[in-house]
Formats: sequence, C-alpha cells, structure tokens
Amino acid sequence: MSWLLAVPIAIPFATAVFAFLLRNGAAGRWVSVAGSAALLAASAVLMQAVLAEGVVAGQMGSWPAPFGITLVADLLSAVMVVITAIIALAVSVYALADIGPAEERLGYHALFQVLIAGVTGAFLTGDLFNLYVWFEVMLISSFGLLVLGGRAEQIDGGVKYVALNLVSTILFLTGIGLLYGMTGTLNMADLSIAVDGADQGLLTVVAMLFMIAFGVKAAVFPLFFWLPAAYHTPAFSVSAVFAGLLTKVGVYALIRMFTLVFDHDTGLTHTILLWVACLTMVTGVLGAAAQGDMRRILSFHIVSQIGYMVLGLALLTPLAIVGAVFYLVHHIIVKANLFLIAGVADRLTGGTALSRIGGLYASAPLLAALFLVPAFSLAGFPPLSGFWAKFLLVKAALEIEGWVIAAVALAVGLLTIYSMTKIWAQAFWEPHPEGREPRLSDLPAGQRWAMLAPIMALAALTVFIGLFPEPFVAFAERAAAQLLDPTDYVETVLGDRG
Amino acid sequence: MNSVILKAGTRYLAGLLLVFSVYMLLRGHNEPGGGFIGGLIGATGFVLYAVAVGTADARAALRVEPQSIAMVGLGIALLAGLLAALFGQPFFTGQWLFLGATETDKGLPLSTVLVFDVGVYLVVFGAILTLVFAMEEEI
Repeated sequence: MSWLLAVPIAIPFATAVFAFLLRNGAAGRWVSVAGSAALLAASAVLMQAVLAEGVVAGQMGSWPAPFGITLVADLLSAVMVVITAIIALAVSVYALADIGPAEERLGYHALFQVLIAGVTGAFLTGDLFNLYVWFEVMLISSFGLLVLGGRAEQIDGGVKYVALNLVSTILFLTGIGLLYGMTGTLNMADLSIAVDGADQGLLTVVAMLFMIAFGVKAAVFPLFFWLPAAYHTPAFSVSAVFAGLLTKVGVYALIRMFTLVFDHDTGLTHTILLWVACLTMVTGVLGAAAQGDMRRILSFHIVSQIGYMVLGLALLTPLAIVGAVFYLVHHIIVKANLFLIAGVADRLTGGTALSRIGGLYASAPLLAALFLVPAFSLAGFPPLSGFWAKFLLVKAALEIEGWVIAAVALAVGLLTIYSMTKIWAQAFWEPHPEGREPRLSDLPAGQRWAMLAPIMALAALTVFIGLFPEPFVAFAERAAAQLLDPTDYVETVLGDRG
Repeated sequence: MNSVILKAGTRYLAGLLLVFSVYMLLRGHNEPGGGFIGGLIGATGFVLYAVAVGTADARAALRVEPQSIAMVGLGIALLAGLLAALFGQPFFTGQWLFLGATETDKGLPLSTVLVFDVGVYLVVFGAILTLVFAMEEEI
C-alpha cells in the first residue's frame, strides 16, 4: 500500500534530477513532460485505490505511527494529487513553448518538478512537521522560479513573497512546537485524539497561530498582499502553476487542520474564518476591479476565489464542505488556464497591460473562445464548473439562513464578471492601439500547439465538469463525509499500532 | 583577496577540512555528525579556497558544477529510499548488510541509511557552494 503513496512524491524528484542533468539540451524539457505524465498515471492509480478501499495510509521507513512519518490519502488528498498532476502536465507541455533555453540552463524544469514534489508531498503527508518540510520545499523552489531571469521587478516581487512566507513559516513552527509540547505527538490522526485532553484555551491560541500561518499561504484577507505583488512577474508557466496550486495548498492545510484537529471550539474559530472568508472575497474582487493589467487582475481574483473556499470550511455544514471541495478542484483548473491564456495573449499582442493591447477577438477568435470558457466559469455562469461550485456554496449559506453571506457571495460573483468584462473589452474587442493584428498563425506551429493544447484540454475539462457535475458532486460528498467524520482516517493511520 | 598567509594556510586547511568532513559523515552513523554537517564542513574547505585564490580556480578545482553535485546527491538520496522496494518494504525502510558477521560479532554494518547520508552530504555541499560561488562572483 505504502508505495502507492510514495511514488507520486518520488516521481517528480527523480524527474527533477534527470531534467537538471540534461538541462543544456532539448532533452530536459521532454523529461519534464514525461515525468508529469508518469505522475498523472501514478496519481490515477492512487485515486482508484482510495475510491475502492477508502483511506489509504503507509508508514515510511516502516516506523509505525505516530512515531514515524505517515503518508495518508483520503478522497480529498487523492483528488488534489490528481489535479496537481493534471496541472503539472498541462504546464510542462506549455513550457515547451514558453520557457527559453536561457531559463532552462538555469534549471527551470528541475525547480518546477521539485515544486510539484513539494505540492504532492503536502497533500499526502499525515504528519504536521513533515507538512512544514513540504512547505519549505515549495517555498525554496518557488522562490527560485520567481526570480529566474533576474529582472528588477522579479527580485522585488520575490523578496516580498519570501519575507511574508517566512513570517508564516515561523508562526507555523511555533504552533507545531506548542502543539507538540501539549500533546507529545505530531501525527495528525493521533493529534485529533490527543487534543481532546489538552488545555482547551491554549489549544485555541495554537489554532489561531495555525490559522494565520496557513492564512498567509492561502492569501486570505488581510494577509494576501504578497500575492498580487509577486504573481505577475515570472514566466507565464510559472505564474500559472503558482496560481493554480500554491495558495490551494494553504487552503487544503486549513481544511485539513480545522476539520481534523481544531474542531473543539468552532463557535470561535469558524466564526473568524467566516469573517475572513467574506472580507477576502470582497477585497479581492475590488482589488481586481482597480487593476489595469491582465495578470494583476487575475492575481486579485485568486484572492477573491480563495474566500469562497474558506467560506465552505467556515460554514462547516456537510453541503458547505462539499462546495469547498468542488470549488478547489474547479478553481485550480480554471485559474491555471486563465494564466496560460494570458501568456498566449502576451505573446501575440506584446504585453498584458490592458491599455496597450487589443484586437484579439477579430484576429484570434479561437483564443477569444478559449478565454470565455474559464472566464465565465470563474464568474459562475451556467453551465460551467464555476456555476455548480458557487451554487453549492450559496445553497449551503441559505440552508443555515446566512442571508448576508449568500448575498456577499453572489455580489462578488457579479463583480467578477465586471473585471472579466474589462479584460474582454480591452484585450479582445477593442482594436490594438498600434493597429497590430495579432494572429495565432504568427506563432510557429510547434509552439502554437504546445501552448494551445493544454489550454484546450483544461477548457474541455471545465466544460465537462459543468455539463456532467453529478459524479463530481457525488465524489465531493464522499470526500466531505470523510472530512467531517475522520474515524476512518484516524483508524487507518493508527491501525498498525496494534 | 591577495594574502600570502591566507593562501599558504588554505593549502593545508582546505585538505584537512575535506578529510574531516568525510570523517564527520561516517561518524554520524551512531554519534553526532552525519551528511548535513559533513556537507557543510566539506563546503567550507572549498569556500576557503575560493576566498584565498578566487572562484575561477575553486571551480576548476571542483571540476564539476556545484549545482550538478547537489542534484546528483538528491538522486542518490532518492535511490536509497527506493532500494527498499526491492525487498518489498515501505519507502525509505533501512536495508542492512553486516559484513563478516559472526555469532558474537556484528561485523561491519553497511546500510542504505549511509547511502542516504552520502546523498544529503552532496546536496548540502553542492547547494552551499552554488550560493557562495554566485555571491563571490557578484562582488
């Protein structure tokens, strides 16, 4: 069993080694694509096992839980790993056209694969300190990716990014230390039992430390400002994978810890989360409305969308958790895709500042159509995936008679359309200010398809989830049931203890 | 920097540090030490050399790019974990071989744990040198 869980982490590491040693030729980029494809296969096998047998756990190094490091996958972890692999494959294909030889020689593909290893590790670990280690792996590799190229604005964004994430790391470590001092264990399943006997007041304090630490990673209000400062600076492949995956690891960690361990005083912790969620949605979308650059608008939208996911966690009803899980999956696909499309728009029109580009609808209608799918999905138009995600969450809010919450969620959706319309009107409809007619056929055929194929695949996935939401909602319901009743999770992890 | 004393001292110190780093790596098996600290000490030897005679000479003495050393180290560490698969055991389960073991004597213990530590040594060694060389060249 345990190899099912170890392989999705080992594959990207092995890929990173080979991609780095082959970085001076064309082979490195194909190693990266092959590694991502292998990761997708491995994660599909893992998903199948979790679907068939329930929670799967493995004790690394044969050290029994709670002493060793446990890797564990429930449905939420499994689906996050699958979606990580999908994004990794899409972005590594896109990178064939987007990343130049100079960046490859500096080790772009190796850093990218190490980042993916960090993300899958964070989703699969069942040990709190190990989660910290994966956060560090992600932070180091993402910093490398962020400053690759060494332009001044990249260094500027990178320093802000690292500085704030270090604060988060310190708080996370402090929380881990306190929790270990109180309970004597860091195994998450063991913790969920051990915290019952702990000082409940102190436990709430620790819960707050974790909330802030993960809140920085997830970019919630008021801790999000590092994100729009950094995400518009690196290569488009990099910002796509950041936008899709990085903040979602923070959301995942929030969901995991605040359903499994910190559910002792939901009246306090989840009320704070509720406020945070609403304020995150509103500030994010207002920030987006004020921006005039495609990538900056999209960056602020990440923040606003994170609010929806946290909202699902904060409401903590079965339906709300279903909504949060569904939203996570939908959002990763859509958001990564929007950044990939912004990359093509940049290549065709020569920038992402909306005032200086235009004319894409007339000369590149295919790209315009491909943009509409994730843009409308993000705003929550039926019949796309975002509609069902928002529908579930608003319904969950109405069920507990949270009229204001539901109203905020709907209003933010409306404002999302506003800023999407802004991109649409200025980048696609208006003619190019310099009179250029950017065509997709201007790109060399190989590069064109390396960029368009992943965009098309992700857009197709969005439409597919939108048209056939039933199996996905049923899946999210099972995942939510596991989260709200972690008995199976705890028993599987600690079962070998005897 | 151009200092005769430093250059002369480095000639002895760099070699000593490298030997000491290997000692620390092997010692770490049952006593304080190990791959991480060994890698740091080993890197110190080359850092000293780079400060005394310049990074160009230090790179030449190293022969391989430090980044590649770090990545090969990562590969070796990963391989140490993967070896457990051959014996049908979970990832990173230590595999042991006791050379010349008798009923009363354990013999010389060899293990994948040591292989992992060698990987860590190379990762730390390569990563530190990558950073220091880059910063030395910047100045």
